[in-house]
Amino acid sequence: MHIKKNLSLAALCLVTVGLHLLTTATGTQFYLTQLTMAAYYGLVVIGLGVMMGYAGQISIGHAGFFAIGGYLAAALTTRNLFAFHDSWIVQGLNSLGLLVAGQDIYGAQLLTVTPWAACGFAVTVAALVALVIGVPVLKLKGHYLAMATLGFGTIVYRVFLASPYFGEADGISEVPAFLLLPDLAGFGPVTINGAADHRVLNFYLAWGILILGMALLLNLIGSRMGRALRSLHSSEEAAEASGIETARCKLQVFVLSAVFAALAGVLLTHFNGGIGPSEASVMKSVRYVALVAVGGMTNLWGTLIMGVGLTFLSLRGVFGVHDDVVFGTILIGVMLFAPKGILSLRLRELGRRLLQGGRS
Amino acid sequence: MSLDLFFQYLFAGITYGSIYAIVAIGFNIIYNTTGIINFAQGEFVMLGGMISISLLPFMPLGYAIGAAVLITMGIGAVIEMLFIRWLESPSVLRMIIITIGISILLRESALHVWGESIRSLPYFYGNEITTFSFGSVHISPQVVWVIAACAVMMAGLSLFFKSTPIGREMRACAANRTAAQLCGINTRNMVTLSFMLSAGIGALAGCVMSPITYTQYDSGTSLAIKGFTVAILGGLGNSLAAVAAGILLGIIEAFSVSVVPLAFQDAISIAILLLILFVKPHGIFGSSEAARLKDF
Repeated sequence: MHIKKNLSLAALCLVTVGLHLLTTATGTQFYLTQLTMAAYYGLVVIGLGVMMGYAGQISIGHAGFFAIGGYLAAALTTRNLFAFHDSWIVQGLNSLGLLVAGQDIYGAQLLTVTPWAACGFAVTVAALVALVIGVPVLKLKGHYLAMATLGFGTIVYRVFLASPYFGEADGISEVPAFLLLPDLAGFGPVTINGAADHRVLNFYLAWGILILGMALLLNLIGSRMGRALRSLHSSEEAAEASGIETARCKLQVFVLSAVFAALAGVLLTHFNGGIGPSEASVMKSVRYVALVAVGGMTNLWGTLIMGVGLTFLSLRGVFGVHDDVVFGTILIGVMLFAPKGILSLRLRELGRRLLQGGRS
Repeated sequence: MSLDLFFQYLFAGITYGSIYAIVAIGFNIIYNTTGIINFAQGEFVMLGGMISISLLPFMPLGYAIGAAVLITMGIGAVIEMLFIRWLESPSVLRMIIITIGISILLRESALHVWGESIRSLPYFYGNEITTFSFGSVHISPQVVWVIAACAVMMAGLSLFFKSTPIGREMRACAANRTAAQLCGINTRNMVTLSFMLSAGIGALAGCVMSPITYTQYDSGTSLAIKGFTVAILGGLGNSLAAVAAGILLGIIEAFSVSVVPLAFQDAISIAILLLILFVKPHGIFGSSEAARLKDF
């Protein structure tokens, strides 16, 4: 088990390098931009995958957590605090080294939160929101859970869309680059931004984070916690009778998946240099659910492959104006014919099923 | 707040509340026969409005609405036969995802057929500025149409369920599916029928509300969430309570405008939904004991 898991992760590292070499060899390095974005979306999808597949709890509100992360990071690193520089809060933050001073293009004084502090704050807020929402929401089951999470996602969307602080329908643009590490050992600083000369670096950063996230989740589902989650998926009563604190387990996974989504939101917002309200929309949440479903609910590798692959195709514009239709069709098709995910299908069996009119 | 303003808000609330109630009844009909919450319910309302608007140039208003209702019922039947009829005891999670998928497909098809433009039917009587005046309170005739349509639909439905053979068969199917099957009722046909019925109800609601609220390809989603709120508020499956709950939500929403900005209006009703789900998931009119026996 351990050897297999480590081998798979090593294979993923090789795939990452392979993708880079392939794009270099074929002169299509511009693909790396979308591959980077797909990796961040992949992070959301695998987090949701553990929540849906292993704990068996649906969430149609994960775009909400993604947006909380992205929007808070964007707002804190762009909104000028200079007007409040006399207040004790801003003074205190400044003395802790959490603020960065600068000048805008007109030469006016700028005082904003550093990306590291903003990232920490955004992810913490998302985790807290997940904690507060999760306690009552996760008591619900089935339709009620689906509607409650859908409602949560819609509220987040409406709030971002209606708040002038978050840019209303325009969203927030000109988000600065995220300086992860300063210039050490002469390699140049490590930053997350979308500039062309940072493309390769960002590609490796995003995929590295994705691999780390994957390793974390694989360890989680192989652990005591993972077994507890699987048992509560099949029968909550039986799990409870075996001494598993089901409510706590569900809540922990919910918060973890929210943190994954929020972190992806922060990083992708810095990479894209902005975020808009469409990132919080219900359609995005549904898309994450579709990606988990198509990869196979209890198959984290399938979820990863399908999540990154389909997101990449979608970002490249392969589906054109039919983007949402494609995801809707995938959702229905997978749920009708292959509820365990595309990768679980054997093609011959599928042919037989179709011939029988799906009556198997 | 002056008394006139109070009544003005009240009537706006009742109008929207009636619409929510109709959507909620659509949810209830399908829930009762199948145990499924049809997440595509709001799309039926949108389709009813859109189809009647498209038919209007070719026929008088009444026929256009009738045809739109029939076509939407047909669409509901086709959807049920294609996606739901042949599934053997699917899990709830699977049904949720399938109906969400259906709602996306319907919405996107509507986008490709009708585009993004906002449309509406003409007022059934008079025009935008025709009003009935009661003292100093002004009411648009369309409001009367909406409330009347809601009332007639309620009366028609309860008559249908109480005194027609098919209605009784559907109720039997709702009470106990296996027992109904043993009595020789074709429960599969009843499920198809319930989809047709709830599609038809939704479509009619979409037609009568179109002059006031306008119709756009994506107007179904928020209606579905509010309709569901109302269905939960009244207790899932209980149609009479849904009317009371719908009007209650409509009134709360109408008065909320005087407290918070309009942009947050949707957030308010969803917050109410969450609150009810957390505190009293069986609804304010539902019984907790009955809820415990249901399989969500």
